[in-house]
Amino acid sequence: MTDLLEVRGLRKAYGDRVVLRDISLTVRQHDVVCLIGSSGSGKSTLLRCLNLLETIDDGTIGFDGREISDPLVDPREVRREIGMVFQAYNLFPHLTVLENCVLAQVKVHGVPRREARERALDLLGRFGLAEKAAAHPDALSGGQQQRVALVRALCTRPRLLLLDEITAALDPELVGEVLAMVRAEAAAGMTMVLATHEMAFAREVATSVCFLDGGRILEQAPPAELFTAPREERTRAFLSRVL
Amino acid sequence: MADGAVSDAWTPSPRQLERAALVRRQRHQRTLTAVVVTTVVLGLLGLGAVSSPGWERFRETFLDGEHMRAALPAVADGFWTNVAMFLIAEPLILLVGILVAVTRRTVSPWLAPLRLLAVAYTDLFRGIPTLLVVVLCAFGIPAMRLSGVTNSLFWLTLVALVLSYGAYVAEVVRSGIDSVHPTQLASAEALALSRPQAMRHVVLPQALRRVVPPLMNDFVSLQKDTALISAVGVVEALRAASDYGNYHFNYSALLVAAAFFVVVTVPLARLTDWLAARAMRRERGLAR
Repeated sequence: MTDLLEVRGLRKAYGDRVVLRDISLTVRQHDVVCLIGSSGSGKSTLLRCLNLLETIDDGTIGFDGREISDPLVDPREVRREIGMVFQAYNLFPHLTVLENCVLAQVKVHGVPRREARERALDLLGRFGLAEKAAAHPDALSGGQQQRVALVRALCTRPRLLLLDEITAALDPELVGEVLAMVRAEAAAGMTMVLATHEMAFAREVATSVCFLDGGRILEQAPPAELFTAPREERTRAFLSRVL
Repeated sequence: MADGAVSDAWTPSPRQLERAALVRRQRHQRTLTAVVVTTVVLGLLGLGAVSSPGWERFRETFLDGEHMRAALPAVADGFWTNVAMFLIAEPLILLVGILVAVTRRTVSPWLAPLRLLAVAYTDLFRGIPTLLVVVLCAFGIPAMRLSGVTNSLFWLTLVALVLSYGAYVAEVVRSGIDSVHPTQLASAEALALSRPQAMRHVVLPQALRRVVPPLMNDFVSLQKDTALISAVGVVEALRAASDYGNYHFNYSALLVAAAFFVVVTVPLARLTDWLAARAMRRERGLAR
């Protein structure tokens, strides 16, 4: 397995407030890395750093053997290869579901419109959203919107998928349908880094779990290990609160 | 951050220093590019003007420093009229605009005639050229010989500008009201606020903040349109300048008047930008 993502000594601060310190993380192809930790521990910021939505203050991020934290690297070139899904869906409300899924394929990847529509409809169909293609996002339930957001990210065939607490805004009964999709993608070999509060899900799909605390990765281990025999006292305390 | 106690002894790594230096270099390069491009473009434009066949003639009739200086006091005097006009008109226009916009968004059946009136008003006054409204008010209202109504051209033309611009501003405000998400109204009503209260305390503040840039656009436009009152003989900056021009056969005074208008609108435009940027920073926090 080759290393797809290689983070070394990453630091991020907003003014005096240090959000991430000395983060090192390796993600190999087909890995599913789950980031857990309390709110404000830096999970989201880390994800945003990975696809260069935030500039970092120190350290390096390597993607596919190239340092993408180099100012000479065009961020758009990196983002072509990395998909991201947000907690609040962030679908474009003025476009239909289908148009949301077609936009980047056509404008960024130069896919012919007909082909892009076919791919979008195929993916929408696979995840039970075929009849919603012509609807506008606001007419959909939260779970459906988030599934569309996932399809939108998958349409451009990313090599890495970043998921930022994508079930945090959903009703418990809608969480399942979204996680089922993520589970299917993981089974299909998609490389993913995801921030999540769903411990059971993390335990099930993750190849590796990172516990973030105060902007550091305090502990990283396979789920079987981290959930049953955490090394750190803080990890234990966190897990006893959420499990 | 759970523990602020962690001492943060951070010294940038060599790679970070290298990267910071590169970012600085890139920034310098962009500044340099901007300066060079701007200089070249402005230079070419200037050259184009100066090398036009009638340039000498143009300079004599429009750019004569002597005449500019001589016309300055009269134009400045006239400009005070413009300033007074828009300083009085702007708050009134805002008031009319908000009242009309809010009226159009009321739901009470008792207010139906007012709603109808509001729609008719905006349709009518946005349709008629402002110059025509000025002429109609200045000559039409006195012709009605209403008792107690002023005959002062200043006040009559002021009414004309308020009527005309009030209609535009009402539409701007209404679009702002419509842009506030319905869930805001729902949560206000859930707190048992009445509709007028919800409009006053929840919807309207958000709406107005959102429409500040187009509002300022209309106000800048108004500042220039105060020159329209010269059409009915009110002596303001444009009138004073063209009087000077007609008397001396030199139109440099017109450029003096133009300069006055620019001088008041440019700071207003920058102020608008600054206000908008500040509002955005406050509402979205530092992060996106």
